[in-house]
Amino acid sequence: MTDLTELEQETLRQIEAADNEAALDAVRVAALGKKGAISALLATLGRMSPEERKTQGAKINALKDVVTERLAARRAALENEALEARLKSETLDVTLSPPSSALERGRLHPLSEVMDELTAIFADLGFAVAEGPDIESDDYNFTKLNFPEGHPAREMHDTFFFQPGPDGRRKLLRTHTSPVQVRTMLTQKPPIRVICPGRTYRCDSDQTHTPMFHQVEGLVIDETTHIGHLKWVLEEFLKAFFEVKSVNLRFRPSFFPFTEPSMEVDVQCRRQGGEIRFGEGEDFMEILGCGMVHPNVLKNCGLDPDVYRGFAFGVGIDRLAMLKYGMPDLRAFFEADVRWLRHYGFRPLDFPTLAGGLSG
Amino acid sequence: MKLTLSWLKTHLETSASLTEIANTLTRTGLEVENVHDPAAQLEDFIVAQVIDAAPHPNADRLQVCMVDTGAGAPLQVVCGAPNARAGLKTVFAAPGTYIPAKKFTLGKGVIRGVESLGMLCSASELELPGDADGIMELPEDAPVGAVYAQWARLGDPVIDINLTPNRPDAAGVSGVARDLAAAGLGVFKTQPPTPVEGAFPCPVGVKLDFAADDAYLAPLFALRLVRGVKNGPSPAWLQDRLRSIGLRPINRLVDITNFLTFDRSRPLHVFDAKKVKDDLVVRRAREGEELLALDGKTYKLDPEMVVIADLAGPLSLAGVMGGEASGCDEQTTDVLIESALWDPHNIAHTGRKLGIVTDARYRFERGVDPAFALPGLELATQLVRELCGGEASKIVVAGAAPQGTRVVDFPFGETKRLTGLDIENDEATTILTRLGFAVAVIGEGRASVTAPSWRPDIEGKADIVEEILRIKGVDEIVSTPLARMEGVAAPVLTPLQKRIRTARRALAAQGLVEAVTWSFVSEKQAQGFGGGNPTLKLANPIASELSDMRPSLLPGLVAAAGRNAARGFADSALFEAGQIFLGEDEKGQRIAAAGLRRGLATAQAEGRNWATPTKRAGAYDAKADAFALLQALGTATGGMQVIGGAPAWFHPGRSGTLQFGPKAVVGYFGELHPRLLMELDVEGPIAAFEIYLDALPAPKAKATRTKPQLELSDLQPLSRDFAFIVDREAQAGELLKAVLGADKALIADARIFDVYEGAGVPEGKKSIGVAVTVQPREKTLTDVEIDALARKIVAEAERKSRATLRA
Repeated sequence: MTDLTELEQETLRQIEAADNEAALDAVRVAALGKKGAISALLATLGRMSPEERKTQGAKINALKDVVTERLAARRAALENEALEARLKSETLDVTLSPPSSALERGRLHPLSEVMDELTAIFADLGFAVAEGPDIESDDYNFTKLNFPEGHPAREMHDTFFFQPGPDGRRKLLRTHTSPVQVRTMLTQKPPIRVICPGRTYRCDSDQTHTPMFHQVEGLVIDETTHIGHLKWVLEEFLKAFFEVKSVNLRFRPSFFPFTEPSMEVDVQCRRQGGEIRFGEGEDFMEILGCGMVHPNVLKNCGLDPDVYRGFAFGVGIDRLAMLKYGMPDLRAFFEADVRWLRHYGFRPLDFPTLAGGLSG
Repeated sequence: MKLTLSWLKTHLETSASLTEIANTLTRTGLEVENVHDPAAQLEDFIVAQVIDAAPHPNADRLQVCMVDTGAGAPLQVVCGAPNARAGLKTVFAAPGTYIPAKKFTLGKGVIRGVESLGMLCSASELELPGDADGIMELPEDAPVGAVYAQWARLGDPVIDINLTPNRPDAAGVSGVARDLAAAGLGVFKTQPPTPVEGAFPCPVGVKLDFAADDAYLAPLFALRLVRGVKNGPSPAWLQDRLRSIGLRPINRLVDITNFLTFDRSRPLHVFDAKKVKDDLVVRRAREGEELLALDGKTYKLDPEMVVIADLAGPLSLAGVMGGEASGCDEQTTDVLIESALWDPHNIAHTGRKLGIVTDARYRFERGVDPAFALPGLELATQLVRELCGGEASKIVVAGAAPQGTRVVDFPFGETKRLTGLDIENDEATTILTRLGFAVAVIGEGRASVTAPSWRPDIEGKADIVEEILRIKGVDEIVSTPLARMEGVAAPVLTPLQKRIRTARRALAAQGLVEAVTWSFVSEKQAQGFGGGNPTLKLANPIASELSDMRPSLLPGLVAAAGRNAARGFADSALFEAGQIFLGEDEKGQRIAAAGLRRGLATAQAEGRNWATPTKRAGAYDAKADAFALLQALGTATGGMQVIGGAPAWFHPGRSGTLQFGPKAVVGYFGELHPRLLMELDVEGPIAAFEIYLDALPAPKAKATRTKPQLELSDLQPLSRDFAFIVDREAQAGELLKAVLGADKALIADARIFDVYEGAGVPEGKKSIGVAVTVQPREKTLTDVEIDALARKIVAEAERKSRATLRA
């Protein structure tokens, strides 16, 4: 059967010699095509005796298998060579950058970020977020909050007014978010736990004051709350907000018309360069005002002060942002300088959560 | 409120240090803003004498002085002061002394070749009032070698208290002392004044001339004459007291009133009796009346104000300021001393209206001690007689101090109820008593607590608790955890609140940078964006360009883009989410989100780059932002219409309105009107959008969170492209709607992949390429069926949009 051996050697030699797909295909056709040499041999099997067929058949089929396999291997090798050659010609300057993504360019104002941080903290303590209009009545902004008509405390608020309406009353821009507390107490039954963040306005402008600023107030009304709870809430809030293990607060008696007793709170800190570290250092910095809701305010809002009580506190959001993130100048918050916004702003996906940490 | 340590000690027996006193004041609610100890920074300055002064060998203006400092041999000092001369006693600083005004520490020096072992000082170098041109000239009896500040009695620290408006009693040094004594820092030693017997009836009568319902304006007016006084400069102790807190001594009579204003929070007034014609009448001012006041200004009065007048007219503005014409001067021999009570609101109103801020107004508008009006007058008389001599008349009194005492039925448990603190009833009683409250136990754990006359702020139980708490110390409060809500915290945000915060992150994710701009804009800006409503104008804007509540977020953003461009940042992409004001009532305050793009800040890229063609941001970028926002908010935009055109602040041809019906507009997008930008002085074009977040339809409320079943076909979708020719004015959206409507079951999607005008397309027409995705539902479509669908699409396009298939 040297014929078969020869045929095999010759075919395999041709396969190896084929240096492109076309040549390889020609070898395939010559061997396995309809008129190919191996196909011709297979065609002779039918005329053989069963015994001969058994031995010859196996040999011819083995030959076919070898050739098929070698064809496939050679084809794979040729394809691989072709791919390698193509890859060699395909190169990029990877130092070129595509345009920046929108996620990279966009920023949130630090105030928005801080409001989300506040919401996350207080939601955990069971506080809802209450809001109200910026344009308020004198009644909600002052009278219901126990600012007597003509009292010097009103003067201290540097209020923006509108022209008197047909009823002779003039509306005003709220000077604090406390009218939202009034609205909440007038419409909700205790227990109440809310924070009231929002824009507030005072007719005042210098290095540290802007005619518009942001405030968050907290209000808790129920039948059990006392100043000890207020102290705890403020400690927990400030620890969580500034992301420190401990804060040291100093309470000082003070005066606000709408709380009694009233206190101002200083927080211990150390100033170092542009940084402020809390829970250490020699300085005490005034940070917020608070107290037990004044019985007159409760009465004005339809609550019996001998049954209900609670506390309120207020703090500047802008100021919180400045203290935490180190912006030196309040006025820059409202100038919309893109350099400032990019520098102090937050990335779109910097979503503050308690699970992931407020500022990651 | 300013006071000095030595002044305080005239009312308080104490051994406490300055620091202890300051800390206690702050701790008990009288916040110390500043303690200025003038001696502390001057303790190294010594009284010295110039023994010899000789011209400097190398400088015309300098002298070489030999100075006796009281310690060892005389020192050589080079001095540039023209008044340096032998025999002069002055102030010397040795090397190593810190010079406050110059903010440096003095070293040994060689000045023009001559050694100088110290410095002779001017007053200004010590930050003291006086001449800056020469060195200080001390009297001959000044002891050489003494510490200057001690000798000059500069060592009286000044305490500045940031007084809260509820504490008029602490606007007097005695009131401050009382608080400190209550806090355990010493003994309150102020004694009530002893009355001065009147030697004769007061020759000047007083009439309170008010209608019955106006009587509250002046409840009490007391007056007394002291005749035969000798006015002149006050003694040093009184001048020092006044100067130490920044007041200017004038003459004895006036200084006494100023002294008592600060010492006892009892403002008084003195008239020169010879300048008063006839009796005094206290009444409302009359229209047209004027008063030349002690500050040298003439004030126009009106009937809202109360005056003290004689026959000739107003002499003094009640409780606010006296008149120039009846004031006391060196020639005064007979003085009328007034001590009165006024209505706090009226005083505040008058002071505010006339713009007068005085120490008297400050105290009267907060509420002076009514029970001290007469004792205050006695004390003043005493001082006048001590300092000026003279003989006092009897007191004439019109009206009476209000009698009502404020009594609070106080359950001691209230302290625990509000503060959580356990304070023994006895301790609470002691604190209150020390503060001047009268405490009478009226039952188990209850007391009747009478507020002292000098505490107008005490109204009820909470006020009593505050008194106990502030003296006990607010630091005693024990931090107590607030009970947590049960279970996992429930969501707390309203749908609109969620919408706003999602909007912010979505727009930032679009590459826009969030700005926070003023809620008020200029009238011009407001009018440009549909505002300018007079009811939304501030009556007292802080600046003319911040006068109107913003009707839109866009004016603020446009101005911001303009400012950034002026700084060299021409490509800006900004947004803001927040309130806008379309009416002055609550419903008029709306919540919007708006953004703009200027220059090359498109949605795809910012500025020029190699990978994408350079393109100015346009209306389609704004539309993309608006739609990205709506998508992020989950707004079902299926029923939303996009209508060409928008309000006047947009480019009429390059803008659109987004609405769910003509009365349900949710926002606008497009290029801003070039003329408006020109008027606002901001270079365009600027593409912008504004969406009213509170106008978007609320998502449908559903019982469960289950999403609708997902239907997936095993059959392959197929795609067919169509090129239609339509009129140039035709809207692609309409064409698309026609195509999609051709077979709602089979056509899964259709999108425009090409819009073309020009060669190959007839004049006035455009070609729109639409790729249609067909999703077979039950079986693979045959060629015949596909052809039939294609014909249906073309027919619909022709019927609805007058489109023809491009040849």
